[in-house]
Amino acid sequence: MATETSHHVAMTLHDHLPMLQVLIPFIASPLIVLMGARGGLSWLIAFVASLASFIVSIVLLMEVIDGGFISYAIGGWAPPLGIEYRVDAANAFMLFLISGISTIVLPFAYESVKAEISAKHHTLFYSCYLLCFTGLLGVVITGDAFNVFVFLEISSLSTYALIATGAERDKRALTAAYDYLVMGTIGATFFVIGIGFLYMATGTLNMADLAERIADQENNRTIKAAFAFILVGMGLKVAIYPLHLWLPNSYTYAPSAITAFLAATATKAAIYVILRFTFSVFQPSFQFEVYALEFIILPLAVLAMFAASFIAVFQSDLKRMLAYSSIAQIGYMLLGIALLNSTGLTGSIVHLFNHGITKAVLFMGVGALVLRSGSSFYSRIRGMGRVMPITGAAMVVGGLSLIGVPGTAGFISKWELVQATLERGWWPLAFLIAASSLLAVIYVWRFVEVLYLHEPAYGADHREAPLTMLVPIWIMALACIYFGFATEITLGAARTAADGLLAGTTGMLESVTSTEAGH
Amino acid sequence: MQHHLILRVVTKLLCGAIILYAFYVQFHGDYSPGGGFQAGVIMAVAFIAYGVVFGLDAVQKVLPAWVVHKLAALGVLVYSMTGVVSLFLGYAFLDYGAFSPHHPSHGQHWGILAVELGVGITVTGVMVTIYYAFASRIPRITDEEW
Repeated sequence: MATETSHHVAMTLHDHLPMLQVLIPFIASPLIVLMGARGGLSWLIAFVASLASFIVSIVLLMEVIDGGFISYAIGGWAPPLGIEYRVDAANAFMLFLISGISTIVLPFAYESVKAEISAKHHTLFYSCYLLCFTGLLGVVITGDAFNVFVFLEISSLSTYALIATGAERDKRALTAAYDYLVMGTIGATFFVIGIGFLYMATGTLNMADLAERIADQENNRTIKAAFAFILVGMGLKVAIYPLHLWLPNSYTYAPSAITAFLAATATKAAIYVILRFTFSVFQPSFQFEVYALEFIILPLAVLAMFAASFIAVFQSDLKRMLAYSSIAQIGYMLLGIALLNSTGLTGSIVHLFNHGITKAVLFMGVGALVLRSGSSFYSRIRGMGRVMPITGAAMVVGGLSLIGVPGTAGFISKWELVQATLERGWWPLAFLIAASSLLAVIYVWRFVEVLYLHEPAYGADHREAPLTMLVPIWIMALACIYFGFATEITLGAARTAADGLLAGTTGMLESVTSTEAGH
Repeated sequence: MQHHLILRVVTKLLCGAIILYAFYVQFHGDYSPGGGFQAGVIMAVAFIAYGVVFGLDAVQKVLPAWVVHKLAALGVLVYSMTGVVSLFLGYAFLDYGAFSPHHPSHGQHWGILAVELGVGITVTGVMVTIYYAFASRIPRITDEEW
């Protein structure tokens, strides 16, 4: 506190962890530009920053996995007036996912970026990457509604630039980035309009404080409008089915490493924001929220599961196919949210994590194929599974996890979702989940067939991918299997997170107003 | 722009005044309206005006493109390092009270000044970068076309 200097107790490194989580990559980003670090050095700085951030996230997760939260007041200004970082099980889990994926994708990115982006752009590329990473971490960690918007813009703007760097390989990356820029900006604008309405109705921006103040304002039309704007705005960033149009092109034409990183983290961070707003800020007991989730989000989620999977089946480009599959998988996560029970929410959060690692394997695998064959079109990667058996095998593991075969991570989350539908007594939904998984079987089989059951195409560089790619790919592939058996970490954290979210933030406010970091 | 004598002379005269005014806005930001963002824009205007009148080559002799990129990054670092210093002094990130523990309101002033300086540097860098990016795209108009 600025005024209580005589009682000031020096904060320790441990107290600063929530800040360091975001600060380390944030400082590393301008540092790369300032040093003019080329190639290897810029990569090294990015990797070290990402690794440090990952370690911080593990420490934070261990502290809050059993419930409770850590609050950090920026600038010493106590919340709800000041900006607060608030770490609880839900966002610690997300921080762990985002920084973990980044730390594993970066070693992969080294070769991939060298092949896809000319050396003079590496400095700015890694700088942008770190900004994007910072933004995603910030969106997740902050407890201030407006701060979410600020970090969302940091991550979005750098994402547009990163997608556009794919233009060296395919000029269409520019239009893809531009489309995303337009839609992403509309989404962000809607989101900030929603925040504006909330501020109008309550006069506060702190999420916990917001929750407390709107708890008895269920019939306030401003609050309802705020909810609608926030849901649609974030829906654009999440790529809820009819709002998904930016996603396939962005994922297809972005550099492989960026696709792997974004697919595993960016939409997930946006889903987290939806979770945070629907359960912590707005009460799940609000009638308008229940209607919105059950009559709008639920049908759209089911539609996404089928329509996007169906489109994925007919793609002829592996990267594009996986992009559509991502839209379908987002459907499952939204389904879990719309079920409005603890199991559904747990399933949704676990699926967020499991799908993140699954897509990281697959998109990194595609990146390795692109490095050797020059394209991700089925016609160009025919038979590459025989030429690159190690990469191919990892992709098969990822594919199985995408379908949800028992023994892989994907099974756990789908099982949890099926249980949640049965708990609600909505058994037809359980059938729909199984049926849409069958569509996944078809599109996964298509690429397995292309990879293994054809003679290798000519004109490709017929070698296995370099070790710096194989190791990250296999770490993720093994994680897919590991989290398919050892479910205590993922399910445990997700249950704590789900229960915390369903309980709302009511009762946490006393600890908000005290400046001490509380548990 | 050889024929526009008045423009050239006035621009030369004004550039210095604009830069001076930018510094005024910069360092009075904590007392009066203004601050890093406005000052940064005004500072950039001096260079942009010079570039518009004398051409991109002339202004890039004064402020090469690579310097501008570094400026944009430097400002962000100045800002965040202010926070890191307070962090090392045992206070929360960006708690300016750290700079003068016995007189926190002085600390607030110093902190604001440092942070606003960072903002000013970055905004100058970014504004000029945007101008360079646009100006260097189109083929420059030759004198005869005026």
